[in-house]
Amino acid sequence: MRLWLGLGLLALLAAGAAGAGLVRDWLGHDPFAPDLFLRYAEASAAHPLGTDELGRDILLRLLFGARVSLVVGLTVALGATLLGTAAGLAAAWRGGWLDAVLMRLADGLLSLPALPLLIVLAAIDTGRFGLPRGEAGSDIARITVILTLFGWVGVARLARAAALTQLSLDYVAAARVAGASEPRVLLRHVLPNILGPIAVATALAVAGAVLAESTLSFLGLGIQPPAPSWGNMLANAQEMVFAAPWAAVWPGVAILLTVAGCSLLADGVRGRLPR
Amino acid sequence: MLRLIGGRLVQIAVTLVVVSALSWLAMGLMPGDPLDLAMLGDPTLTAADLAKLREIHGLDRPLHERYLAWAAAVLRGDFGYSRLYSVPVQAVLWPALGSTLVLLGWALALAAGGGVLLGVAGAVRPGLGRLADGFSILVQATPAFWLGLLLIILFAVTLGWLPAGGVAEDAGLVEALRFLVLPVATLALVNMAAYARHGLAAMQAELAAPYIRTARMKGLSEGAVLWRHAFPNAAVPLVTIAALDAGALVSGALVTETIFARPGMGKLIYDSVMGNDYNLALLALLLAALVTMLATLAADVAQRLIDPRLAG
Repeated sequence: MRLWLGLGLLALLAAGAAGAGLVRDWLGHDPFAPDLFLRYAEASAAHPLGTDELGRDILLRLLFGARVSLVVGLTVALGATLLGTAAGLAAAWRGGWLDAVLMRLADGLLSLPALPLLIVLAAIDTGRFGLPRGEAGSDIARITVILTLFGWVGVARLARAAALTQLSLDYVAAARVAGASEPRVLLRHVLPNILGPIAVATALAVAGAVLAESTLSFLGLGIQPPAPSWGNMLANAQEMVFAAPWAAVWPGVAILLTVAGCSLLADGVRGRLPR
Repeated sequence: MLRLIGGRLVQIAVTLVVVSALSWLAMGLMPGDPLDLAMLGDPTLTAADLAKLREIHGLDRPLHERYLAWAAAVLRGDFGYSRLYSVPVQAVLWPALGSTLVLLGWALALAAGGGVLLGVAGAVRPGLGRLADGFSILVQATPAFWLGLLLIILFAVTLGWLPAGGVAEDAGLVEALRFLVLPVATLALVNMAAYARHGLAAMQAELAAPYIRTARMKGLSEGAVLWRHAFPNAAVPLVTIAALDAGALVSGALVTETIFARPGMGKLIYDSVMGNDYNLALLALLLAALVTMLATLAADVAQRLIDPRLAG
């Protein structure tokens, strides 16, 4: 039930992001072009959710913002899952100092308040490394890297715990006796058996990344306008609370649905795992 | 217990050193150094003046040398000046910390209290349990800054009952509390979900245990069974949540302060990073990290005091 509800919500959002171009053609507006005669228009047939402080269509910006938010969320989750699974497997398999170092690092990252550190990292001038700055693509890449640096921890802890359980089971010993190499034991035998908990951690990582990206963009450190992201749409809305309260509602609803969808999905998958 | 505390204090010190070094590096990589700003403020400065100023202030040295000099000064108790506020760093840091701790204290008390009550009520009545569960999923998915905006729209703009942000200037206690209501509500609601969900799960597990049946069989009242027998056992994992969520709570406080324009650590960190006030930014960051880690340690100690099995 939760699984399907979560999947349904996420499918809806993905469809919205994918169909953004179609909706634009149908409505016939450009979500990036300001129209100062149409500032803060209320909802109408032409602008189903009204317009923002520059007269841009809110529905279209929401749909195009979904692309940014979902791309960041999914990419971060993918990176965090790969890094975290590798770290968790390595820690569980090698044990000893590697385990100690990786888990102290994870504990350290978990015990720190993430947001101020994210603010500091997001303010780094990427131009100093010879990277492009100020373009939408470079913003997305920058935010993705920063969030992945924090996102792997959750996956690594779950992967390590699950791998430790599997490594102590007889089938692993049997595989070793049968002459399987250690990489084969880990990748062919242990990994498939810990995919369940990893999937749960991945879904939660998407939720965390979407929330973190929107918070940073809201603070003006994430995706920069004119590229729309749910977070930076709200950064503008804060100043407009008195003029156009409705502009502050929709981006938040989109974030809420995405994060709730991911949590429901994670809950649903967890409920179906063998105990 | 003392060994635990001692070990953790060492770990906290090591973490602070690592965080300060990395933040120093990160801030060295941000756009603009202090002299770029001086140049903007005074057009008569020549390139030769700038080079000389760089030399006087040691800004021509490599980053790691400057870091060691800064760290030595901080350890001697010399925190330096804030560029933004033109006062010693302590003069802005301590009031901000006080303001944030007030917000954190109220929010934590309300989040834990409300969440636990919701969890217990849900465990006793299954209908309420489903409600508590749905509420938790919804609230957990709500970004703190958006919830703050909604509360401002509802209570400050539409109803006009409460101030939209800021703090009371030299007004009475009641007025000061009015300014606290919305920020505290925002932070408490966002953090309540974890307590409600885990409280619900823990209470359901305890109420199904055989010792509860025994307690009921002895003829104890339902209240005594619930609060004297089941709750103390269910409370242990809840304290774990408090330890695990310390970072999220502090992060949430920083966002909340930004929305409600409350002068606290969050606004301080944000403004100082944005305003190239490296000295203040670094110390504020370290202080936020220290507060979080001490809170985690306190929760861990409390957990061992509640549950003697963990103390061993």
